[in-house]
Amino acid sequence: MLLTELVRLALRALSANKLRAFLTTLGISIGIAAVIALLAIGTGVQEYINQQFASAGTNLIGILPGRIQRGGPPGGFGQSSVLTLSDYRAVVNGVPGIVAHAADFTSVGNFAFGSRTSQVQVSGVTPSFAQVRNWNAARGRFIEESDNTSRARVVALGTTVVKDLFEPNEDPIGQVVRINGVPFTVIGVMESKGASVFGDQDAIAFIPLFTAQERLFQRLAFARTGERVISTIYLQAASDEDRLFIQAAAREILREQHRLKPDDNDDFSIISQAELIETFGAVTSVLTIFLAAIAAISLLVGGIGIMNIMLVSVTERTREIGLRKAIGAKPAAILSQFLIESVVLSVIGGIAGIVIGIGGALSVSRFVDFSAVVRPEAVVLAVGFSVAVGVFFGIYPARRASRLNPIQALRYE
Amino acid sequence: MSTTTLEQIVAPSALNGKHEDRTPVIEVRDVTKVYKMGTVEVHALRGVSLRIYPGELVAIMGPSGSGKSTLMNILGCLDQPTSGTYRLDGVDVEKLNDDQLAEIRNKKIGFVFQSFNLLPRTSAIDNVEQPLIYAGVPARERRERAKVALEAVGLGNRLHHHPNELSGGQQQRVAIARALVNNPALILADEPTGNLDSKSGAEVMCIFQRLNMEKGITVVFVTHDPRIAQHTRRIIRIADGQIVGDEPVLEPLIACSDRVLQL
Ligand SMILES: Nc1ncnc2c1ncn2[C@@H]1O[C@H](COP(=O)(O)OP(=O)(O)O)[C@@H](O)[C@H]1O
Ligand SMILES: [Mg+2]
Repeated sequence: MLLTELVRLALRALSANKLRAFLTTLGISIGIAAVIALLAIGTGVQEYINQQFASAGTNLIGILPGRIQRGGPPGGFGQSSVLTLSDYRAVVNGVPGIVAHAADFTSVGNFAFGSRTSQVQVSGVTPSFAQVRNWNAARGRFIEESDNTSRARVVALGTTVVKDLFEPNEDPIGQVVRINGVPFTVIGVMESKGASVFGDQDAIAFIPLFTAQERLFQRLAFARTGERVISTIYLQAASDEDRLFIQAAAREILREQHRLKPDDNDDFSIISQAELIETFGAVTSVLTIFLAAIAAISLLVGGIGIMNIMLVSVTERTREIGLRKAIGAKPAAILSQFLIESVVLSVIGGIAGIVIGIGGALSVSRFVDFSAVVRPEAVVLAVGFSVAVGVFFGIYPARRASRLNPIQALRYE
Repeated sequence: MSTTTLEQIVAPSALNGKHEDRTPVIEVRDVTKVYKMGTVEVHALRGVSLRIYPGELVAIMGPSGSGKSTLMNILGCLDQPTSGTYRLDGVDVEKLNDDQLAEIRNKKIGFVFQSFNLLPRTSAIDNVEQPLIYAGVPARERRERAKVALEAVGLGNRLHHHPNELSGGQQQRVAIARALVNNPALILADEPTGNLDSKSGAEVMCIFQRLNMEKGITVVFVTHDPRIAQHTRRIIRIADGQIVGDEPVLEPLIACSDRVLQL
């Protein structure tokens, strides 16, 4: 028997009971819509995160003190070890192929301007920070080398700090603000980077590295040996290959600097932008799959709905089945008739679900920063899933129908 | 059991000589049917032997519960006997599997039920097409043949009516069209006129007589009505699961007349 014939039979049988067919497909539609929407949003979030990392500069390497757990997100810092200015100099002088480099010393500062205050992160940076992190002053200027050598009390403010301290029509440049009570002249306002997965990136202010160490955070900025402490060393590589080489060479030098024995663990962490993207990608895709799996449970519920309706339908149409057998339908023909009917039900539900899911994901995109991304694979997966649901939950009722005895079926009241 | 005994029991004496050299369409030997309902056994057929030859028009009569439907279902390959053999056109039916039985029901036999058994919400022509679907006939040819079959039963002007828009007699004629659309050698009908008034019953008999005489189709049907039975050339009587009579009708009535049906 031809497939088109079976599909026609199925559509006719389903249209005889439109409301029931609609309600049954609804279960599948909701499940598929949820899976499609969650996958699309998850993919969108992932691409958004990748973009964020990429905007911070590609082939960027960061060196932090302490050890970060392998594979996990940043957070598990060791505390005993520090990085120092001589570490920085050793790496920069000892590793060939570094395109640009920067260092910072970061802590928290209490800002005051008149009666207004703000508490944000203060980074003492080398001038090259702007280039390495791809972050420039939108107005005024960034920290320069002369500021550093003269330990100038100058500050470039992130836009959040500007909002906190100044009226909208006030020009911050040239004003004197107090950081932990020390007066600083505002020399620039940074470009806004907006919110990210790490929080508000604009809640920050930049001052010269040496100013930070000698005039603001004296107690934190020197190790017991009297060496200057560095929070982060940034290295910029020219290419992905260079990056791997630089990471390895920097590690060698730092282990030497820190006098680590061959079987000691590193007391610092070298992380690259590429690895961060990978780590976050892994986290978000696990999350996406997890959410989609939860959504898939509603597909199971939808499938049980289909099975239920198909069983009812087989019972209701017992006489029809008996007649079909009496006029020459083979068991396989009856089986396929009911199987196709349940697959048609679930596929119609699936297609409706895909449309609803895409619509839902796109409308979510209008309210958030990122845009949902519907991958073709997700659509293929959804269609495949609904066919599978139809077959899986339809096979039992269909087999039951195909095995009916024609005489008993015809006698059924 | 030897052939001679069988002949004595079943062969209609008037036709005996005529058929001796031909293969019977239906050859039933010692068929029994026992229904088990829990611990109770119902002996619906208690050893039925019977031969029906090509081109015969036969009525089966008997009181209610005597086993007529049971026998018809076995003859129609819808049910299997508990014991005994059934050869259809020389083929031993009990050796066939489900698919082969389905094929026989589809191609060789047209079955007509007392309660019509049309698909509801389905037009007359679609109903008649159903057996052709299972025979794998392409759509266009199906339409054409279904139309011809409906015209043959006088319903050429009711192709697209649904069963609930047709009278009982018309519904039964749709069912007959469905039975003959695949050109069967044998039409079996279990009380086809049981639910019909006498005029509609006469129409059904007219169709059976014409199919029998003009196309040579073997027709076997069950009836309670002695007048209806007189339209055949042979009446088999069943009582209590056994054949108790088998006689020829010497002067069969003719059902087709101008008043009955314009075909
Ligand atoms: N499926 C069945 N289960 C149990 N008993 C049955 C079944 N079909 C028929 N019978 C019994 O078999 C006997 C013959 O039934 P049936 O062939 O329908 O008689 P008829 O058609 O001559 O009225 C009856 O006693 C009936 O009750
Ligand atoms: Mg009966």
